[in-house]
Amino acid sequence: MGKRVLLIEDEPNIIEAICFILSRDGWTVHTHEDGQSAMAKVLALPPDMIILDVMLPGRSGFDILRELRSTDVTKDIPVMMLTARGQEKDRELALRLGATHFMTKPFSNSEVRDYVRAMMDA
Amino acid sequence: MHTTQLSGTRIREKRIELGLRQAALAAAVGISPSYLNLIEHNRRRIGGKLMSALASELGVDAATLSEGADSHLLDQLRAAADLIGDKAEVTRAEELATRFPGWSELITLQARRLAVLEGRVQALSDRMAHDPFLATALHDVISAVTAIRSTAAILVGQEQIDADWQRRFHENIHTDSLRLGKSSEALIAYLEAPDDASQSPETPMGQVDAYLAQNSYHLPALENDDADLPEVVARSGLTGAAAVLLAGVCKQYADDARALPMAPFAQACLQLGYDPARLSAKFGVDFATVLRRLPSLPPGMGHPPMGLAVCDASGALLYLKPVPGFAMPVTGGACSLWPLFSALSRPSQPLRSMAVLPGPVALPLLCYAIAVPITQHQFDMPPVLRSYMLVLPGPSEDAAQPVPVGVSCRICPRADCTSRREPAIIGLSTL
Repeated sequence: MGKRVLLIEDEPNIIEAICFILSRDGWTVHTHEDGQSAMAKVLALPPDMIILDVMLPGRSGFDILRELRSTDVTKDIPVMMLTARGQEKDRELALRLGATHFMTKPFSNSEVRDYVRAMMDA
Repeated sequence: MHTTQLSGTRIREKRIELGLRQAALAAAVGISPSYLNLIEHNRRRIGGKLMSALASELGVDAATLSEGADSHLLDQLRAAADLIGDKAEVTRAEELATRFPGWSELITLQARRLAVLEGRVQALSDRMAHDPFLATALHDVISAVTAIRSTAAILVGQEQIDADWQRRFHENIHTDSLRLGKSSEALIAYLEAPDDASQSPETPMGQVDAYLAQNSYHLPALENDDADLPEVVARSGLTGAAAVLLAGVCKQYADDARALPMAPFAQACLQLGYDPARLSAKFGVDFATVLRRLPSLPPGMGHPPMGLAVCDASGALLYLKPVPGFAMPVTGGACSLWPLFSALSRPSQPLRSMAVLPGPVALPLLCYAIAVPITQHQFDMPPVLRSYMLVLPGPSEDAAQPVPVGVSCRICPRADCTSRREPAIIGLSTL
């Protein structure tokens, strides 16, 4: 079984596309759509890597990232933030809060696949 | 009259323009060619008779040769040079301004224009960050584009995809393309909509808003006991209905200033953490007066930004001082969940609660509100109520869960809100 990627994203068709790409690449992809209960999902798995959308129902990705980085069992999990907001201050905030990488929508499939490979093989 | 640094340059240019040789001009005024050469290269300062003689030979007024560059133009050139750090030859600004006044004007004009445009870009950037509808609308559009791009890339890729997956991806693209169309239409409709009419400086309320904003909502002329209200209104330049509205605002401001003189009030604000209840108790002044007075603290003194909204019993907004992260539609149709409106159902009861607008980076807003009668009690007549809400952006020490509010139903993305009056113009499929 491949390493586990948790995709926290609320857009069903983006979820489906990313799941397809990463599954074909050999990763086991878990998904979660709600911001409020995302931490519980992370703690239940926990994954080898997280792809985290910023704008989620219930709780923002930034808040989740902040909690991930302040929780012992999750603080070292690589997190790639996804956002439709490409503003520099969002990127700075994500990196300041401890994101490993920041990707702006729309992204290319190869960007996502290459970055996950790099993280998992590191 | 003595020469400025560049008189020599002007002498040289004029001589060449007239086709005079340096030796001829030198001889005409009784100096050696080498001395004239030094003058022309600004290495010797001259004045008096020699300057007059040179001017006479060159057929110009001595002042024309002596005048330096316009100091205002020089200041603007130096300010423009700051835009590129230390790359511009600032020490030669006078030379530039003197020799090429037209180009210098152009440089300063472009620098000013750049500053204006940068201001507009910043304002639009702020709008992107603080306008919840715009943020949500763009998120919808970009999400749909992302899904379509990613799915289409899978379909046209080299790998074999079985028929079921192909069908699913085709359906997803179809669904997302429909969503993209709707989201784009809504976005265009929003961007093309005229600005809130009441915020237009053409309306009386808009003119008063503009006047107050220009003065940072702080009116020093009304801080003294002997404030001359008609004079303040006259000096504002507003006329007609706008002047009448401003007179009302000024009267209230002056009354509040008398009740809470600025110096002790500002000091107490710092000591009591801008807590209206404690300030009210300290000064023995009613809660509503404190709510109105706090947003008039002078700017640039380290006080936090504070917004204020005032409405009547119908919910019509009478006054709005916006602050970053806080917005209400002035023309009506505001979200009914704001404490400003809740206060109307509990007159004279101060309210305190956290509120948060939609959006990924929306800050919680600490709101204080109270509705009070502004008329004397009369039998068989309902009191005329005014509701006041003070807004402080940023998290409070009180960790209470903020109330999710919106700007207006029409542009609110909160699909499951029980207070919704009408569907939003975006995300209709989710309502």
